[in-house]
Amino acid sequence: MNAARTVEVAKDSSMLKQKEMISGNYRKLENAVADGRKVAATFVPGNLNELIMCFDVVNNLPEINAIQNGLRKKTGGYIMEAEKRGHSEDVCTYVKADLGMIAKGNIGPDGQKLPDPDLLLLSYTGCFTFMKWFELLRDQYKCETAMLHVPYQGDGQISKNMISYVVKQMKEEVIPKLERVSGVKFDIDRLRENLARSAKAEEDFVWVLESAKAKPSPIDAYFGGVYYIGPIFTAFRGTQDAVEYYRLLRAEIAERLAAGQGPVTPAGDMPAERYRLVVEGPPNWTSFRDFWKMFYEEGAVVVASTYTKVGGLYDQGFRHDPAKPLESLAEYCLGCYTNRNLPARIDLIEQYMEEYQADGLLINSIKSCNSFSAGQLLMLREIEKRTGKPAAFIESDLVDPRYFSPANIKNRLESYFQMVDQRRAGGKSVPARAA
Amino acid sequence: MRAFIGIDLGSTTTKAVVLDENMDVLGRGITNSRSNYDTACKVAKYEALLAARFTLLQRGLASAVAAETRLEDFLGSLERSFRLGQFVEQLDDLEQTCLDKAKGERFKGREGAIAEAIQAIFVTLRSDAPALFARDARRKSDFFRDLAGSRFMAVGQQTAKAAGLSYDLLLNVYDKAIIEVENRPPSGEIREKLIGALDRLIELSPELSDLVADLAAPVRRALDIPAEEVSVVGTGYGRVTLPFSKEHIRSEILCHGLGAHMMYPDTRTVLDIGGQDTKSIQVDDQGIVENFQMNDRCAAGCGRYLGYIADEMNMGVHELGPLAMQATRSVRINSTCTVFAGAELRDRLALGEKREDIIAGLHRAIILRAMSIISRSGGVRDQFTFTGGVAKNEAAVRELRQLIVANYGDVVININPDSIYTGALGAAAFARRAVAN
Repeated sequence: MNAARTVEVAKDSSMLKQKEMISGNYRKLENAVADGRKVAATFVPGNLNELIMCFDVVNNLPEINAIQNGLRKKTGGYIMEAEKRGHSEDVCTYVKADLGMIAKGNIGPDGQKLPDPDLLLLSYTGCFTFMKWFELLRDQYKCETAMLHVPYQGDGQISKNMISYVVKQMKEEVIPKLERVSGVKFDIDRLRENLARSAKAEEDFVWVLESAKAKPSPIDAYFGGVYYIGPIFTAFRGTQDAVEYYRLLRAEIAERLAAGQGPVTPAGDMPAERYRLVVEGPPNWTSFRDFWKMFYEEGAVVVASTYTKVGGLYDQGFRHDPAKPLESLAEYCLGCYTNRNLPARIDLIEQYMEEYQADGLLINSIKSCNSFSAGQLLMLREIEKRTGKPAAFIESDLVDPRYFSPANIKNRLESYFQMVDQRRAGGKSVPARAA
Repeated sequence: MRAFIGIDLGSTTTKAVVLDENMDVLGRGITNSRSNYDTACKVAKYEALLAARFTLLQRGLASAVAAETRLEDFLGSLERSFRLGQFVEQLDDLEQTCLDKAKGERFKGREGAIAEAIQAIFVTLRSDAPALFARDARRKSDFFRDLAGSRFMAVGQQTAKAAGLSYDLLLNVYDKAIIEVENRPPSGEIREKLIGALDRLIELSPELSDLVADLAAPVRRALDIPAEEVSVVGTGYGRVTLPFSKEHIRSEILCHGLGAHMMYPDTRTVLDIGGQDTKSIQVDDQGIVENFQMNDRCAAGCGRYLGYIADEMNMGVHELGPLAMQATRSVRINSTCTVFAGAELRDRLALGEKREDIIAGLHRAIILRAMSIISRSGGVRDQFTFTGGVAKNEAAVRELRQLIVANYGDVVININPDSIYTGALGAAAFARRAVAN
């Protein structure tokens, strides 16, 4: 009883910490103009948070705003607003949720007005839509834009040339613009300090992700995972807050692991782990809780996911390195999941299936995200072939509530879980007599 | 008799299959799903158990009756007698419910006249009933609602006129009553009802009187074999509403896969087009599902698509297939959206295209949609089994055969006349297996 209570409290402390961090950043954004601070808008994959921090610039992430609004069920109205303004039904719904929010007064997820950006910092890591999104924002704000072109890992390798190409752009394009916008001179030692903190947080973060190799897994690496990636993927990588957060989280998970407990779900501790899954693709945010429930009610735990790697593949050994600051930032951008080609994605999933002893692969294919969805069926077949494990395919959307059909998704998931059972039973068959 | 029962609660119809210990089908039952899965489930099960009784009777009497046709004739007559008894029983229930509904403020002052009119209608309905179940009588439907409703409307109009009452008022009473009656599951033991049916048989089919006399004892003996419901498994969209524990519920994907395997053991790809979904399932040589794809965000290309088109054309859904078969060419329909297809249909009609050619095009559109789902699940492997309500539509089958041959070459295509029961059959097999394990 006591142990359970301790865990409950411990769980709260990392969650409370994160909550505090997120609202702290929104406060910084709201007060930026009053505080005389400049604001940069940037995306999650390949974000240069440690670098931005060197210029005392506040980081605003439009994707995160869309997700937060999705969780708060505000995106339906924003998307309609964007569609009214001429953006088609098939456009990425993060984009439309953001444009709709801006059109309706740019009130952020926490109910306060968001500031106009002073700089649009585009780190281009495999999502073509990002570029178009910022084109629209540039037209709206007429502000400075910095484009960091990160070459796609077309042949699955990061070459020295690719790194030096990205570093060159940082030196010649990104840093000068950040200096100009902020009026702060670039100090590489400050960057080194930030990167050292990043590496520290990354270490604990990876430990948490890998705890899912245990049976039962103490975490859900998808539904819980999206909370765990929060600080490191956004405006906190390189901060002391992030170091603190992951230290707390690691301690909590270590306790669960030692106690042989499964993941915490919105309905409390998950009773028994019946299925271990690897999930590819982002979750649906507007029905996040309902979606999660369909898993934990059946005893399904996600032990590894690719979505929790869109902001970096730390579990593959990469760490931000203060010894080679710009090079390691370049390497980070090049290595993001969204910048990897299909064979590399397949290899990664196969590795997860084996290392995490998964029962199967589930793909949540996102209607409005072509950069994620293209090739997913091919990936599914290849994984089935390589691992002999069953895979399933469901479809929903990021933040468009119109594209989440609970009855259909639940039906498919139940069918899938039963299919796993059936396969596990080793095909104990019934004689085919009836006709 | 140890019975293993599978129930498939579909969006349109609810099906039940009873298997014996050897996995042989003893009986099948079907009913409309109404909006009440609980009743639909009970009715379908009742019907399947009744059919199972007849199978047992057939087995038990085979040695007692030399000529097979004579036995079939006897059993057919016994079933008609049973149906008549059941129909009259439901008519009695409907009459009483109508009388109960025709009370209160709205009917003040006219209660007596209305009650008399209702009773008069039911006297006629009851006296007409034997003709409905006479040998070679053709019934448009076997569902009580359809049979009683059409007769009530025909007789009610005249009765209302004669009594100086509003026909709408009578119809309103009927509408309220039929919902209640339809949602009351059949009561009473099948055995007792069959004995009653046997007793009535001499009156209904005097030509069989010698046979009835000979068979009375063996029939009773066969009916005395108790039916033990060993295990029941439910599937289909309504499955969550079943009062079964989780172990007794299976997804329809698994049930269709296993059901198709039981019908055709060499099946590797199953296509099921039902009322609200289309699914393509790949199974292994044991009937175990390897992969599946379904329509997801949209019901385009499902059975309901044809239903909608039939409504638009003011036709019955069963008339669509035969009409499309008369086509000399197929008009290209681009839209897979059900509602847009309605608009395209009107557009093509306005352009002077022939109805049959347009309908043929619509059948092609629905199958093209299914072909896309099949390819996403991994394509067609030999043998291919087509199931679901749409498998009964000859025009849809024609288009499917053409497209399968064009895309996958020469594969065996299986379509079972009882394919509508595929899901229930798979569920029953799971019920049998649950006990075996």
